[in-house]
Parts: sequence; C-alpha cells; structure tokens
Amino acid sequence: MTAPLTRVSTEAAPGVKPSRGPRKEPLRRQVTGWLFVAPFALVFLAFLVAPLVYALYLSLFRNALIGGTSFAFLDNYVRAFHDPNFLDGAWLVIRFSLVLIPLQMAISLVIALMLDGIKNWFTRFSRLTIFLPYAVPVVIGALMWGFMYSRRFGPLTQIFDIFGASAPDFLSKNLVFAGLLNIVTWQWAGYYMIILFAALQAIDPTLYEAARIDGAGSVTIALRIKIPLIAPALVLILVFALIGTLQFFNEPSILLKLAAGSITPHFTPNMYAYDLAFGRGSFNYGSAISFTLAAVVFVCVYIFMFTTRKRGNFLS
Amino acid sequence: MSAATTYATRKARRPQHISIQIVLALALVYFLVPFWWVIVASSKDAAGLFGGTSALWFSDRIVWADNFRKLFTYDGGMFGRWLLNSALYAVVGGVGATTLAVLAGYGFAKYRFKGRRFSFSVLLGTVMVPATALVIPTFILFSQFGITNTRWAVILPTLLNPFGVYLMHVYTRDAVPDELLDAARVDGAGEMRTFLQIALPLMRPAVVTVLLLTVVQSWNNYFLPKAMLIDNRLYPVTVGINQWQNIASGNNAGTTSLWSLIILGSLVSVIPLIIAFLSLQRYWQGGLSIGSLK
Repeated sequence: MTAPLTRVSTEAAPGVKPSRGPRKEPLRRQVTGWLFVAPFALVFLAFLVAPLVYALYLSLFRNALIGGTSFAFLDNYVRAFHDPNFLDGAWLVIRFSLVLIPLQMAISLVIALMLDGIKNWFTRFSRLTIFLPYAVPVVIGALMWGFMYSRRFGPLTQIFDIFGASAPDFLSKNLVFAGLLNIVTWQWAGYYMIILFAALQAIDPTLYEAARIDGAGSVTIALRIKIPLIAPALVLILVFALIGTLQFFNEPSILLKLAAGSITPHFTPNMYAYDLAFGRGSFNYGSAISFTLAAVVFVCVYIFMFTTRKRGNFLS
Repeated sequence: MSAATTYATRKARRPQHISIQIVLALALVYFLVPFWWVIVASSKDAAGLFGGTSALWFSDRIVWADNFRKLFTYDGGMFGRWLLNSALYAVVGGVGATTLAVLAGYGFAKYRFKGRRFSFSVLLGTVMVPATALVIPTFILFSQFGITNTRWAVILPTLLNPFGVYLMHVYTRDAVPDELLDAARVDGAGEMRTFLQIALPLMRPAVVTVLLLTVVQSWNNYFLPKAMLIDNRLYPVTVGINQWQNIASGNNAGTTSLWSLIILGSLVSVIPLIIAFLSLQRYWQGGLSIGSLK
C-alpha cells in the first residue's frame, strides 16, 4: 500500500503536464519513449546498419592473390553487370517473379473467395489444411517435393502411369523452373490465402445484401465489392512475394544435389553471392553482389509502394 | 422479408456450393499429397522405398519403430541434438525478437519523442531489405569478432525483426487508447507499470502473432546457420537434414538406408510447428492480417 503512494508523489507531475499543453511531451516522457525503442535500435544498428555499411565498404575493394587488397571503387559493380553468371541469375529471378507472383496471388485469392462464401466444417478444415505447408520449413518442403519428383522412389511416375502417360521429370534442366514454381506456390499460397481471408471477413456483410437486392450475382459481388475492398491486403501479399522471390535461395540450393546438373551454383544472384563468398573466398565481390541485391529489392519495392500509395497500402 | 430472401438465395445457390466444395477437395488433395507421401514413405525401409511398390500406399512391412530407433541413434544421436538446437534457436531468437518488437512498437506508438518520425521511416524502409542479403556481410563481421561457428552467431541476427516492430506499432496504435494510459498515469502508475499492466494485456493478440511468426522464422532458418556454422553438432535440424541429403545424393550405392532416415527426419521436424499452429489458431488467424486491414 505504501509503495503506490510514494509513486504518486514522484510521478504525478509528469502525468499531469500533458493536459495543459498536449503538443509538448515533457522531456522525461520523451526519454522513456527512447528507452522503449532503445533495445531494438541497438540490434538494428548492430545487425542491419553495420552489416550493410560493411558490405558497401568491402564491395569497394579488390582482393587479389598477387598485390593483396586494393581500392577498386566501383569496379566490382561494373564487373557484376558484365558477369554472365550474375546476369543469368538475375534474369531467372525476374522471369520467376513474373510467373510466380500472379499465379500465387490468383490461387490464394480464388481459394479465399471460395472459403469466404461457405461456412461449414469442411471449409474450416480446408482453410487449416491449405495453410499447413507454411508451417513446414522451406528446406523440408523443398526436400519433400524433391522426393516426389524423384525418378527413383517418387510417386509421380506411378500417378502418371494410371493415366497411361509418362511423368515429366521436374528435376531436369527444362522443367526445373516449373518444379520450383510448384514448390513455392505450395508452400506460400496458404499463408497469403489466410491474409486475404481475414480481410474478406472484415467486410461488412450488409454490403452484399444491398448488392443482391440490386440484382448482383456472386461473381459480380466478388469482382465489384470484395476484391476492391481487400486491395490493401493484396498489395501487402504482393510486397511479401516480391521480397521473397527476389532473394530466392533456399529451394534451388536444396535441390542442387537432387537435380544434379539442372541447377548451377549461380542459379540465382543470392546463390551466386553465397558461392563466391564460401565456395571461392572472394568476399569483396560477393559483398558487391549482396549489396546490389539488397539495393535492387529496396528500390523495386519502394517504387512499387510509391505508385500504389493512393490506393491505400500498408505503409500509408 | 429479409429472412425469406436469404432463404431463397441460399436455396438457389446450393448447387454452386457443391461444385465449389468439389474444387476445394481437389485443392486439398494437392496440398496434402506431399504430407501423405512422407507419412507413407517413412514407414518403409530401403527395400520398400526402392523396391517398386506403390509409392502412395504402405507396403507389407511397416518399420516405423525401427526407423525411429535408427533416426535417433544414427551418428551418436545427432538428430536429437539437431532438434534441440532448433528448439533453442527458435525459442531464444523468437522470444528475444518478440520482446524487442513489443517494446519498440509500444514506444513508437505511444510516445512522441524527438526523432521518432525519422527513425520510424528508416525502420519502414528496412522492412524491405532482404534478410539473406545481410547474411554474408554479417558473417564477415562476426568472423572479425571470432563468434562464427557458435550458437550466438545464429541467435543474435534473428533478434532483428523490423516487420514485427511495424506490426506491433500498427496494432498498439489502434488497440491501446491514449486516454486509458493517461488515466493510469494520473492514478499514479509509473511508465513501466502502465505498460505492463494496462497496455500489454491489450496487445496480446499481436504479441502471440509476432511470437509465432518469429519462432517459425527461426525454426525454418536455413541460410544463416548454413553460412555461420561449420561444426555439425551446432546445426539446426534444417541444415542437418540437408547435410544427410547431400551425402545420400552424393553416393548412390552405399547409403540407400540413409534415405529412410531423411524422410522420417523430415516428418519429425515438421510436427512441432504444426502442433503450435493448430493449438494457437485462435490467435494467428486474425493476427496475420494486421497491417492489411484499413
């Protein structure tokens, strides 16, 4: 009982002040605000700002067996943009995003709309089940599909046998693109679906009643009411998908051995940076690739956010 | 009248519902087949796996018990070690990252301090910096301090979660009224007590969501531990299983028995998170959409 009372006497002054001048926070309150943010700020400086600055610094030097480390300024970046390994990887990731993102968004949107319309045990069960792959570590998910694709013990051959067709080899050079597309879609569609589903659930259902009285069918309601109203959620998952695919690494690097020959160590820019740093020990050039990747993702997403700003997105 | 209309529309829409549910059932098959295959395949020994029996159904010999015993005794019980490592990294990294995110999110949402706007917009910008682009520079930085190939090298970088801070900020801004905090202060509660006893309970759904997301992220982490760790006794289960897979893919003839362990290991490593998601679904189903509802 005594403790709170002594608190009153010491804390009362800053507690009362804001009511007199709401614009100015007392200094003490400002310090408290900073103290709440400080632990995160420390981690932020140590594990985000410092590595990025360090990567930029390293990327400006060249390390040769003869002559040691020398200042190279932008040479590493010039080299990157003439390096077929890097350019091929970048091109693959761009193509992959262009196919994957619309596909994934369409699938998750259609499933979310289907689940939004019907409420029974089956749709509740479906919602959880479709989300389940998200709980599977990417490594394990890629391995599971790698096994499924496998000619030696995978079920794909047997499934196609039923229809009298020969199974496509998703680990071959020609089809590994499709194989990866399938793995990423399987893994993430459920997560995006849940985000869209929650947004759909937040729509006021009286809007649908009104639309139905005006003669709108389910499809019209979905296209004219539901999709426009969940636009912020669609933008959010688009940004997630963009960040995810541009730094593509886990799935192809897991399949590297299973799909021997189809996936190269420089299949994506991130894999190339890893191979440069840990396979060949050229940390300077690897840092340049890493930094370029971070910068490109940042700029792409920022431009995208800026152009969609008016429609209301998660940064506004 | 409205009851009559809804009844009429419901009746008219029934055939459509059936066709939608058939489409859903097909989607379910697609999303479940890999799980089913892993469950079936983990019950087989090498002969069952490669012997040309049906890949999607159990063979006559079900050797789960035997496979389990092998999985946890192979290479001196390495798999159990990996599971414990994963749990350690996920719990320490997840709880740490969530604590930092909750504190910072609350600070950004409820205090007007100098430099708040600037630091928050820097934070928003970095939500988009891909985490994997940081791994190589962080590795080089850590190697200067000699902490690569330790548990800290995996735990420390996972404490960083700008998106978690953003989620906490958005949620706190709307869910915790300023008046309530002011009332607590007038009643004599200190800043810390106001936070712990008034604000924190209101922030619970977002806290659970961020905790779940960060734990999943650390449990699934692959690139960071793969880069940081050389000693395979420190591996999390993701890097460990992939090491087995590389060994098994490398030499086709000698190590066919390793495949059964890899498959069962994959199944075992998935179970903890599935249990977590199923038991906490009340929280995350709403929480995942924070930030997308305006």
